[in-house]
Amino acid sequence: MKQLFVFIRKEFYHVFRDPRTLLIMFGLPLAQIILFGFALTSEVKNAEIVISDNSKDIQTVQITNKMKASTYFTVHEASMDIKEVEKMFQQGKIKCAVIFPADFSSDLVRSGKAQVQFIADGSDPNTAKTIINYLSSIITDYQQSVYPASSLPYRIIPETRMLYNEEGNGSLNYIPGVMALILMIVCTTLTSVSIVKEKELGTMEVLLVSPFNPVRVLISKAVPYLILSLLNFVFILLLSVFLLHVEIKGSLLLLFMETALFILTSLSIGLLISNTTSSQQTALLISNMGLMLPTLVFTGFLIPLENMPWILQVFANVIPAKWYFIIIKSVMLKGLGFQYVWKETAILVGMTLVLLMISLKNFKTRLE
Amino acid sequence: MENKAIICKDLTKKFGDFYAVNKVSFDVAKGEIFGFLGANGAGKTTVMRILCGLSYPSSGEATVAGFNVYNQQESIKKNIGYMSQKFSLYENLTVLENIEFFGGIYGVSRKEIKERANKLVEYLGLQNETKKLVGGLPLGWKQKLAFSVAIFHRPEIVFLDEPTGGVDPVTRRQFWDMIYEAAASGITIFVTTHYMDEAEYCNRISIMVDGRLEALDAPGNLKNRFSANSMDEVFYRLARKAVRSDD
Repeated sequence: MKQLFVFIRKEFYHVFRDPRTLLIMFGLPLAQIILFGFALTSEVKNAEIVISDNSKDIQTVQITNKMKASTYFTVHEASMDIKEVEKMFQQGKIKCAVIFPADFSSDLVRSGKAQVQFIADGSDPNTAKTIINYLSSIITDYQQSVYPASSLPYRIIPETRMLYNEEGNGSLNYIPGVMALILMIVCTTLTSVSIVKEKELGTMEVLLVSPFNPVRVLISKAVPYLILSLLNFVFILLLSVFLLHVEIKGSLLLLFMETALFILTSLSIGLLISNTTSSQQTALLISNMGLMLPTLVFTGFLIPLENMPWILQVFANVIPAKWYFIIIKSVMLKGLGFQYVWKETAILVGMTLVLLMISLKNFKTRLE
Repeated sequence: MENKAIICKDLTKKFGDFYAVNKVSFDVAKGEIFGFLGANGAGKTTVMRILCGLSYPSSGEATVAGFNVYNQQESIKKNIGYMSQKFSLYENLTVLENIEFFGGIYGVSRKEIKERANKLVEYLGLQNETKKLVGGLPLGWKQKLAFSVAIFHRPEIVFLDEPTGGVDPVTRRQFWDMIYEAAASGITIFVTTHYMDEAEYCNRISIMVDGRLEALDAPGNLKNRFSANSMDEVFYRLARKAVRSDD
């Protein structure tokens, strides 16, 4: 036990004296949170739109004011013809144009029907769709406020709600994904590199000749990174709560336990990698390229899994981060309890056990 | 039997059909400096791995510090020290931290570590460097420190695998002074080397060729027997018979 402590203390010295390790550990989450939280949001804020009001009466002014009040848009008013609008699109000055025809108001009053044209920049389809949706809902809102009791025999009014994320906070989906990604990278890369480093330097030989049991070498290697990764997790949580205003709905304890489990999974992958390689570069390459990309793609936080061909969907099941992502989303964002995530948890436990068994067996036979 | 640190009898290690070590027999007395020579691929490393408890022999007998290599590997590990040609201290740990770490994993008590570390640092003249990272020390000092760390837990036998690789002649000489001192204090030295002048420093040397032990005697006797002027010549005569070349 005392020997174990001596060894773990040594590992901490290594970590704290290597600026690169610290940078990966705490710089990476910071960079990713900022990147995914602010730069990569799917929501539209302050989109430049132009309103060409050729009717200029009370209804169109009211609608225009509503649009101006929205934080989604920066509204320019100009009466212009379609040629000028197109020019502005080509120059990339605007994302959308709203055109009220000259007879908008009279049509509305006379026949109860009027038309308004939205022209969006379809070269960026996601943004275009989002803007059109926002604009349509403003028009619908206006319609309902002006004519609450419609004379139509029946009406269907869709009432949409973004469940668990009412204000449409785009960071919400990224946070669990970023967590999975960072923990995966940090745990596997750092553990595998730290073990392989000892092989490269020749210190592993000295350790194996010592009475210190090889299995305990692995444990001592894993413990510091387990502790640091949990700290890292707290760091990411704090960043998401205070920087991105994400609300943690579920039990913190459960969140912690599940994260500890996922860290163990990642650590076992790291151990496995370190057993099969003997140079730091290879270990780094495998854990970064071999894990980062699949984790990004198959976790489901950047690309919806449902849209993938079935074979890729099946493949995604072997990516531990996919299950962790589901668990964290359920617990953190939806506030669900253990009874809703036990299946995913069981899968992670199973994966960890299998990985650990393979790497321990590998480690022993390699000694022979 | 009592005064033997290592005993090997018909030690054999087979990898498939390949005899890495073929019926090697020798013994090493306590406090002896035993040189273990051989060209690359002759089987030195395999013998050393078996004696250090890292590998099992295919057949034959061997005891190290009185413990059997088949089923008492843990006891062997507690009683030996090891230093390899690859530099074996942690570069980003300080001198003192390295001593504390290796003392610690060999189960030396904290109080003991402190006392011995003070003496050691003084002995090596590193008083002002204890808080410096080992990575910043000159290679010669590192090597001496590595040897001192290898015998820090007072093992019965210390295995040195080409300990002076890449070190200048002056430091090598100083290094051998340390080996003599350790031997005088009763530690058995088992050393492999490619430097024939170093072989002359040993009490007895053995030369392995193609997995077999071809010669085993004091350096002077070997030179007489092969009527050679230097160990270089003895080694060359034996080693050029080798069919195998490298690992």
